[in-house]
Amino acid sequence: MQKQEYKVYAEKKSPNSPLWLNMLKAFLIGGLICVLGEGVRNFYTNWGLNLEEVAAATSITMVFLGVLLTGIGIYDNIAKHAGAGTLVPITGFANSVASPAIEYKSEGYVLGVGAKMFIIAGPVIVYGTVASVIAGLIYYFIH
Amino acid sequence: MTYLWAFIVGGILCVIGQILIDKTKLTPARILVVYVVAGVFLTLVGAYEPLVKLAGAGATVPLTGFGYSLAKGVMKAVEEHGLLGILTGGLTATAGGIAAAVVFSLIAALIFKSKEKS
Repeated sequence: MQKQEYKVYAEKKSPNSPLWLNMLKAFLIGGLICVLGEGVRNFYTNWGLNLEEVAAATSITMVFLGVLLTGIGIYDNIAKHAGAGTLVPITGFANSVASPAIEYKSEGYVLGVGAKMFIIAGPVIVYGTVASVIAGLIYYFIH
Repeated sequence: MTYLWAFIVGGILCVIGQILIDKTKLTPARILVVYVVAGVFLTLVGAYEPLVKLAGAGATVPLTGFGYSLAKGVMKAVEEHGLLGILTGGLTATAGGIAAAVVFSLIAALIFKSKEKS
């Protein structure tokens, strides 16, 4: 069998991920997490925080929930079904920090927990920061 | 009404991520990087703010919203502090979320045990 034929054959035989079902699950669960976030936003707004404080407090609260649900083992169970629905919200970012932190505890608190925490968050912070500096430069000159 | 838009917009942003996962085999780390960087530049050109106005957390909770915070922070800092703001604005605006993720995760690592992967 030629390489190309084999590739086609393998793709036919491998369990086809039902894209539409995955999309539906990502939509429902991701949407629900955002609705929860909106509830948190409204709570802080009604509490009298200003816009910036509401944004920060909401992020912190959602991160807290993401870490907590990761710690008690629920988040990864939902993530198995939700795919991007649990990855894309900021709770997924929190999960990407907490999950390796817990898992690599056995390798110690410095190179295990401390280093592995940033295995996914690191690149996000690196390229996010760089993008913000580039955006800042552009804004500085056009402003 | 914002709740409905939060659901729809947040859901759609996750669906785009799902399509990227299924169709391009991008790893989760790459998808998050793409989302944050996209959020920064969409905010810079003024395309993301209307989405935040419409959908609230539907636009701020997905990781593009992290990019939105970075960009808004840097733009505000440039207005207030000029050149210095280019470097300080982004991380200042997102410090809460990043510090929360680090601190809560360290506490979680102290408390919780790793579950056997099934």
